[in-house]
Amino acid sequence: MSAERVAVVGIGQTKYAAVRGDVSLPGLLREAAYRALDDAHMTMDDIDAIVVGKAPDFFEGVMMPEPYLADALGAVGKPLFRVHTAGSVGGSTAIVAASHVESGVHERVLTIGWQQQSVSEAMWALSFPIPFQQQLVAGAGGYFAPFIREYIRRSGAPDDIGILVALKDRLNALKNPYAHLHEPEISYDSIKESFMLWEPIRYSETCPSSDGAFAMVLAGEKAAEASAAASGVNPAWIRGTAMRSEPATASGRDQISPKAGQDCAADVYAQAGITDPVADIDMVEMYVPFSWYEPMWLENLGFAPEGEGWKMTESGRTRRDGDLPVNCSGGVLSTNPIGASGMIRFGEAAMQVRGQAGDHQIDGARTALGHAYGGAAQFFAMWVVSSEKP
Amino acid sequence: MAESDMEDRSTSTMPGGLWTQPSVSVPDIGDGEVIQRITEPASLHYSYTPGRAPTRFLRGLAEGKLLGGRAEGHDAVYPGSRGMDPVAARPTVESVEVGPDATVTAFCIVHIGFGEKAPPTPFVSALILPDGAAASMYGTVLGIPYEEVRIGMRVRPVWVPEEELGLTSENITHWEPTGEPDVPAEQLKGHM
Amino acid sequence: MRDVAIVSVAQTDHRRAVPELNEVEMIQPVIQTVLEQIDAKISDIGFTCSGSSDYLAGQAFSFVMTLDAVGAWPPIVESHVEMDGAWALYEAWLKIQSGHADTALVYGYSKASPGDLPRVLSRQLDPYYYGPLWPDSVAMAGLQARAMLDKGMITEAEMAEIAHRSRTSAESNPHAQVKGSPSVDQLLAEDYLSNPLRKHDCAPVTDGGCAVVIAAGDRAREWADNPAWIRGIDHRVDSHNFGARDITRAPSAALAAEKAGVSDGQVDVAELCAPFTHQERILRNELGLGDDVEVNPSGGALAANPIMGAGLIRLGEVANRIMAGDAGRGVAHATSGHLLQQNLVAVLEGSS
Repeated sequence: MSAERVAVVGIGQTKYAAVRGDVSLPGLLREAAYRALDDAHMTMDDIDAIVVGKAPDFFEGVMMPEPYLADALGAVGKPLFRVHTAGSVGGSTAIVAASHVESGVHERVLTIGWQQQSVSEAMWALSFPIPFQQQLVAGAGGYFAPFIREYIRRSGAPDDIGILVALKDRLNALKNPYAHLHEPEISYDSIKESFMLWEPIRYSETCPSSDGAFAMVLAGEKAAEASAAASGVNPAWIRGTAMRSEPATASGRDQISPKAGQDCAADVYAQAGITDPVADIDMVEMYVPFSWYEPMWLENLGFAPEGEGWKMTESGRTRRDGDLPVNCSGGVLSTNPIGASGMIRFGEAAMQVRGQAGDHQIDGARTALGHAYGGAAQFFAMWVVSSEKP
Repeated sequence: MAESDMEDRSTSTMPGGLWTQPSVSVPDIGDGEVIQRITEPASLHYSYTPGRAPTRFLRGLAEGKLLGGRAEGHDAVYPGSRGMDPVAARPTVESVEVGPDATVTAFCIVHIGFGEKAPPTPFVSALILPDGAAASMYGTVLGIPYEEVRIGMRVRPVWVPEEELGLTSENITHWEPTGEPDVPAEQLKGHM
Repeated sequence: MRDVAIVSVAQTDHRRAVPELNEVEMIQPVIQTVLEQIDAKISDIGFTCSGSSDYLAGQAFSFVMTLDAVGAWPPIVESHVEMDGAWALYEAWLKIQSGHADTALVYGYSKASPGDLPRVLSRQLDPYYYGPLWPDSVAMAGLQARAMLDKGMITEAEMAEIAHRSRTSAESNPHAQVKGSPSVDQLLAEDYLSNPLRKHDCAPVTDGGCAVVIAAGDRAREWADNPAWIRGIDHRVDSHNFGARDITRAPSAALAAEKAGVSDGQVDVAELCAPFTHQERILRNELGLGDDVEVNPSGGALAANPIMGAGLIRLGEVANRIMAGDAGRGVAHATSGHLLQQNLVAVLEGSS
């Protein structure tokens, strides 16, 4: 059977910051939602269903907050759906929203991902101590840093590749007015001299903790074309969506290049008709919370052969003037409200193919990949969007 | 769990009943300013139970043994308290002693510790594969300058004094080098 | 729309507390059983989706460990909702409707025993206005019951009759937690727990879970002689401003029932997720179920209420009756939030 074609026709996001004390939780969500609706030339009344996603509820101290948010989101009398798949949740949520339309059940769906990390103590909300369970005294970065070290060992990468990624993403963020971190003084040396947290990860190679929300309006073919006619902006057609999960620990599992990521990429490329990812994809929004994950994911996603992802980074091919620009928005390294971070990747990819990305627009971007991952690098969500209808 | 807690309860049994929360505090700020933050204290009391596999693992630790578990009809031994073979999707009903000698499969050098139990920084946080196990567990490596720790390095657990052994992962304070030759790193792939 | 059916159902034997098992140990046998019943492996499943809650577990990312019970190696297509498993089933149904999968495994579970459930549930309320008052879930439901009594929609004796009928029905449900009931007169002689609610008006606190397999078309017919076809499924939400709406109504339940097509045919059986006796009356009204419709032959949520699984169990109980040939067409309902704020309704049917 053929599924209904789906497109992104509205995009809105908040200004991201360490603390958005000027808005309540509903206010934060409405800031993003209204911008997305305005962009789609729609109002809340036009929306058939609302699909929301965020990471653990302990961040905001509200259990399963969607019934509470029903009024603020214009959801009263409508379906309201909540996704939680750890760090990949923003991407998964967008995919679940797309399912609502692809299935033919709904025509226009509003989807929102968010996190207000300032409300509680973020490290506590992520992993407060549980009796009987071993506590990781190394913190969140200490969980992933060993895998990065193993990647460096296997690939023989020079030890400054992470610095190059961080420099690129933070400079890209200067062209994105919504980004949390704007550091005009950032330099190779300032990153190199920043405090070492979890060797080989430095402070400036780590994502911040942000408040913020990202929203999109997804629509079926007819509604998308009507919206595009009203807004004058080309829809971003969804060419493929994929999710994969694997256990946190399993005999045979390789945490450096997880099979779930490889399978997920192969699936989404097959749907989108992509045979040569570097040639066929114009830009990537990739989930890179620690700098070194750029070369690691370049290999995992099939953009570079095993052990050679760092060469793409080092040679500048992932810069905005390279042949595969990665994270022109500044990426997770510049903005990280966890529950929104995946959706920002998906949405920024859509902004690029719609030609809406302003100062960080890649000229002529027609096909883009949005990527998110979560848990112990075990949950993956991806989509490919294109300016051309499938 | 206390017997009284096992009874059917449909309303709050927290000490002091329902109305024990501190009052909400609104910071005293001048007229016309936007309130940026109110503090709303909340506390919930949970009585965790570890489950079968963690109980077996913790009892092993209390006897100074490092246990893993194996699912019926499957080979892989998973160290620690997971309780499931995640590939077979079956409980690891058979307890198997692993290690105590082990190999470092990956590590990082921690310059910012988390929680009260973190050792003085810098220290090495490592994934450690006990002999006979199919997957690694997290541990701290001490007893060697941190810059000399290697992937493939052989280590053994250091336990608290016998009289202090209890039902806790903290029985193993850290891991230290055995001095044996390193295991080639290529052999460790798939066992992190 | 593709024809999609429930073909296999399994659940735990529900208990007040299962202290000897953690969540993954508790749900694993259910997942194993739901697949073994149809001689399926995880590799036969196109999509897996679960429902659970971090606040109930008292742990962030609590669902991650539960994935170990599924066998996600090689990697699987999988997702999770912070909602009742009934909504996980809805996501799986959409996935099958959009052609991305033909089969799905769905599960929902919780251990409510580690926390103080009514108090934990109070954290689901508006954090600015309701939350700081710490109204627990029983007190909230008491306001609703009082409003109904004042309007003459129900009497305390009728509420006790619902409790009596549900728990008497539960005597034939091997999984039920609370089976059997004193007489209505004896129930009414009890003290109030949270006036006007007595203990019998409230669902028990439960540890447990449920798993279901759904499949499309021929695959469903391969796996079940008489699949329980999902003829309609819809969910809606009402306002959280409880003080500004009529809390004796659940318009979202009526709307979901209309969209699911409840009134398009005869209803042989209905399983309604009503954790409080008076809520069964609201749901009967909103779903338009006559007095002749058999409601909650399993005992319903009043007999066992593993939150995050209780709604999925309602779908499973109706499906079991259809698959067994005891009912031709049935209605299942799930709810989320306080005072029936959010509702899902499904219509299941055997082959005609």
